Amino acid sequence: MTTTIIWTIVAVTLLGLLLAVVLFLVAKKFKVEEDPRIDEVEKVMPGANCGGCGFAGCRAFAQACVNAPNLDNNFCPVGGNEVMKKVAAVLGMEVKEKAPMVAVVRCNGTCENRPKTNVYDGYRSCKVMAALYTGDTGCAYGCLGCGDCVAACQFGAISMDPETGLPVVDEEKCTGCGACAKACPKKVIELRNKGPKGRRVFVSCVNMEKGAAARKACKVACIGCGKCEKECPFGAITVEHNVAYIDFNKCKLCRKCVVVCPTGAIHDVNFPTPAPKPKPAAAPAKPAEPKAEAAAAPVSKPAPAKTEPAKPENKEE
Amino acid sequence: MNKVLVSPSPHIHADISTARIMRDVVIALLPSVVVSILYYGWSSVMLLAVSVITCILVEYLVTRFLLKNPCTISDWSAAVTGVLLALNLPPACPWWVAMIGAIFAIGVVKMTFGGLGQNLFNPAIAARVFLLVSFPVAMTNWARPAGFLNVDATSGATLLGTVKEGLAKGDTLNQIFTANDFSYLQTLFVNIGGSAGEISALAILIGFVYLLARKVIRPHITLSIWATVIVFSGIFWLINPDQYTDPLFNLLTGGVLLGSVFMATDYVTSPMSTRGGIVFGVGIGLLTMLIRYFGSYPEGVSFAILIMNSVVPLINKAFKQKKYGRA
Amino acid sequence: MKKTFSIGGVHPDDSKIAAGSKIEVLPLPKTVYISMIQHLGAPAKAVVAPGDRVRTGQVIGEPTGFISAYVHSSVTGTVKSVGLRKDLNGIPVVHVEIEVEPDEWMDGIDTTDTLVTDIPEDRQFILDRIKNNGVVGLGGATFPTHVKLCPPPDKKAECLILNGAECEPYLTSDYRIMLEKSEQIVVGAAIMKKVLGVSRAVIGIEENKPEAIAKMTETVSRLQSSAKGYDGIEVMTLKKKYPQGGEKQLIDAVMHRQVKSMGLPIDVGAVVQNVATSLAVYDAVQKNMPLISNTLTVTGNCLPADRQKNYMFRIGYPLSYIAEYNGGVPEAAAKIVSGGPMMGKAISNLDAATQKGSSSLLYLTEEQTARKSESNCIRCGKCAEACPMGLEPFLLNKLARNGMLEELEQNAVQDCIECGCCLYSCPANIPLLDMIRVAKGEVIRAMRARTAPKK
Repeated sequence: MTTTIIWTIVAVTLLGLLLAVVLFLVAKKFKVEEDPRIDEVEKVMPGANCGGCGFAGCRAFAQACVNAPNLDNNFCPVGGNEVMKKVAAVLGMEVKEKAPMVAVVRCNGTCENRPKTNVYDGYRSCKVMAALYTGDTGCAYGCLGCGDCVAACQFGAISMDPETGLPVVDEEKCTGCGACAKACPKKVIELRNKGPKGRRVFVSCVNMEKGAAARKACKVACIGCGKCEKECPFGAITVEHNVAYIDFNKCKLCRKCVVVCPTGAIHDVNFPTPAPKPKPAAAPAKPAEPKAEAAAAPVSKPAPAKTEPAKPENKEE
Repeated sequence: MNKVLVSPSPHIHADISTARIMRDVVIALLPSVVVSILYYGWSSVMLLAVSVITCILVEYLVTRFLLKNPCTISDWSAAVTGVLLALNLPPACPWWVAMIGAIFAIGVVKMTFGGLGQNLFNPAIAARVFLLVSFPVAMTNWARPAGFLNVDATSGATLLGTVKEGLAKGDTLNQIFTANDFSYLQTLFVNIGGSAGEISALAILIGFVYLLARKVIRPHITLSIWATVIVFSGIFWLINPDQYTDPLFNLLTGGVLLGSVFMATDYVTSPMSTRGGIVFGVGIGLLTMLIRYFGSYPEGVSFAILIMNSVVPLINKAFKQKKYGRA
Repeated sequence: MKKTFSIGGVHPDDSKIAAGSKIEVLPLPKTVYISMIQHLGAPAKAVVAPGDRVRTGQVIGEPTGFISAYVHSSVTGTVKSVGLRKDLNGIPVVHVEIEVEPDEWMDGIDTTDTLVTDIPEDRQFILDRIKNNGVVGLGGATFPTHVKLCPPPDKKAECLILNGAECEPYLTSDYRIMLEKSEQIVVGAAIMKKVLGVSRAVIGIEENKPEAIAKMTETVSRLQSSAKGYDGIEVMTLKKKYPQGGEKQLIDAVMHRQVKSMGLPIDVGAVVQNVATSLAVYDAVQKNMPLISNTLTVTGNCLPADRQKNYMFRIGYPLSYIAEYNGGVPEAAAKIVSGGPMMGKAISNLDAATQKGSSSLLYLTEEQTARKSESNCIRCGKCAEACPMGLEPFLLNKLARNGMLEELEQNAVQDCIECGCCLYSCPANIPLLDMIRVAKGEVIRAMRARTAPKK
């Protein structure tokens, strides 16, 4: 009995030792030499592996940062300037500050504004729908409403509003990684400058059809009339392919365009008061608010001064 | 006309659904159910009722309160598990054993993996094996309760069990068979003992034909199990007919028929491709016979299916279907 | 033993309700809209301007690339506009709008019914006629026919296969032309046989069309005994199984050869043409008639029996015009499909115009067509069993939903022919093909991007 136990112990011990040696040798042979700074950089990364930086995850980004001569081309949108500062500290490099970005849904084609013309019955994916046809409304350019962006967001920052059928971006949670913009087959979502105190102005439409056709498909479409372009004192607005675009680097948030837009396609968000109306245009200024009305009407009576700053934020962002 | 529907092609769908398939399986099981009720009477009715109701209830509760998914009891899959489990139990086994088995089958084997289609093991088989190791006495009590055809309750054992014991004592098969008054006709209509579902080979074969006719299953898995059992036992039987039971005996007794027709062909836990299915079937046949001839249990189908279930993912990887133009 | 392809396939109810209806010629509408994208490849360039007067058969669109085709005016009249108009998917495409006047045919077009059985000797003459008359494949892909008939010099064609399978349920246009225009089809086959320089031409017809098989067999033997150049043409009866008419499946059925992944039929010595294409080739070569008309089936279970029709239409007729002429869209129709129910396109814009390849207006009821809600995959493998390419749709679908392009390529998603058998046979109603189709496109683009820079 005792001898059996002794032999067992001896055999197992010897086996253990032998395997340890083998393991040691294998580990030595297959050891991969890596720059230790990669680990250090990875440590300061947010670790979301979202791919917003353009690399396949945080480690790949760390590797790229270590190998790059400077950090100008590498930026972690999720961590923002703070993380980049830490990365720069680890690597002893300089980093340029970047303005924080936020995802903006450039479509206001709610069920009410943009009536359905047919019923989509396939797999609920914008990608599938876009590959098949132009969508279930008269507008061939706007949001398809299947929520590919929601699925793409790793931060739970986008959700579909069941009432409007449009995605809503939670500004607090949005890291500006751009995954939603990439997932959107219609390129409706754009990363835009977050703006001071979150204030920004943008054209909430990407319809490239001529004015009449666009308007027919959707009440709040940009009809490419060019009024905003003429009105803008900073040359921030261009109208191309029948649709206006506001360059957020040039926009000074004066909101003159918001007032002149006849269809209410230009949205301003997070401003404490509604855009000031020019005096003589008291009567025709009505079109400046269809967006606010459309937004507020189903919920409460239109009280622009109060609801406007809050409402569009929920609705359009 | 309302707004037209638009979807990618195809625009029509075959007349087929999960519920229809599962309902067909239940229908195919009906002959066996009827035989078991006729032969084992109220105790069989009790087991069936407890097992089916528990399965459905557990599935409902889990989907409703734990997973918070849409309820899936309407797809009949829980009912199939319930019936199969009841048919796999000894007729004299107490109702609470059936209930524990049903809770285990649905609650643990099926739902922990995510419900229908996600489970690795066949719930009914896994539950049977679970009960066999947990309640060995109740699960090997082959007493035959009074039924509607045979009014007297009798004590007894399964044929396989009797054979195994007899062989262990040193008797030859011939002696054992004569002593027990065994004939093949019995196995075809009503076996002399066994779990509720395996007492009539004919009832199972009727179910098999129905499943094939309704195109619910393809025959390759079932047939490859049969073929393996026949070939394997045939070889041993030819070598020593005194020690090894013959092929027909092995095919008709015990759970080979029930297992090969209803359990091994379970979509979820069997390989996808035809070639994979054949490998799977041969594996089950071999393991069954190895356990029967050389193992300590008289019966091996449940273990064989369970073991082969666990290698299905590997089989699926190794034996893919032949692709067009990729010789 | 009747022949069929070796892997997968499904057996949908063939529902050839309109089979008994003779082809009727549709009257001219007031306006036609002729699309510049009626073929695979580069769009044609419109060569007329508003105000121009065009005659029937006049070229109004010229090819812009190697794989492209001529587009002809199907009517006589005045060009009203050249501009974007939505096609049946709502996608804006350049159309030429023509106000219709009574027909004045272009010179050189033989509009008589006389059958011309003598096949021109000059190969180049034939090819030029096919090209200049804008003939494209009418089996669904609308690939320019002259390109398909000129295989690269290193590849040798051995057999011409004429596709008369018409395996899609409901469609009966090919069946009708095989009955009513069998001579023209056989002459067309002989012409293509001559161009390809092959000795064998097989007309494959599924067993559910016995009249067509009898008629074609009789026509072939009659022409073989009365004219030259018809040897080696045979009619082959095929078992009924969808997708028999798929190019790769038909080659497998007829020649027992399989085209390699990403390969072309010519790699195994086969050239497949639809019977309707053969008819168009006859018209183009023997009559110098451009491809401006085709046959279209108006059908569906919700359509009364006397409105099940096969119409001869000209390109550019609005679909809504055809529907109106037929008596309007039936109340019960929930989906309108252009093409068969397995591979056709659901129409979201009925104002779209017919094209060379239009083959049907199919009305499906909600009960027939509405997708049921998706449930768990039960791993039954019915999709894999049904896939005629031997793929594993359940796996591809999962990979596609997770965007795993590399694994998709390893599992041969690029071989998918989008026949729809997987989705058709899924008991859990999983929309397999929806996602697989998109993934296939992505994988093929990635594969092209990988090989392109090297070349």
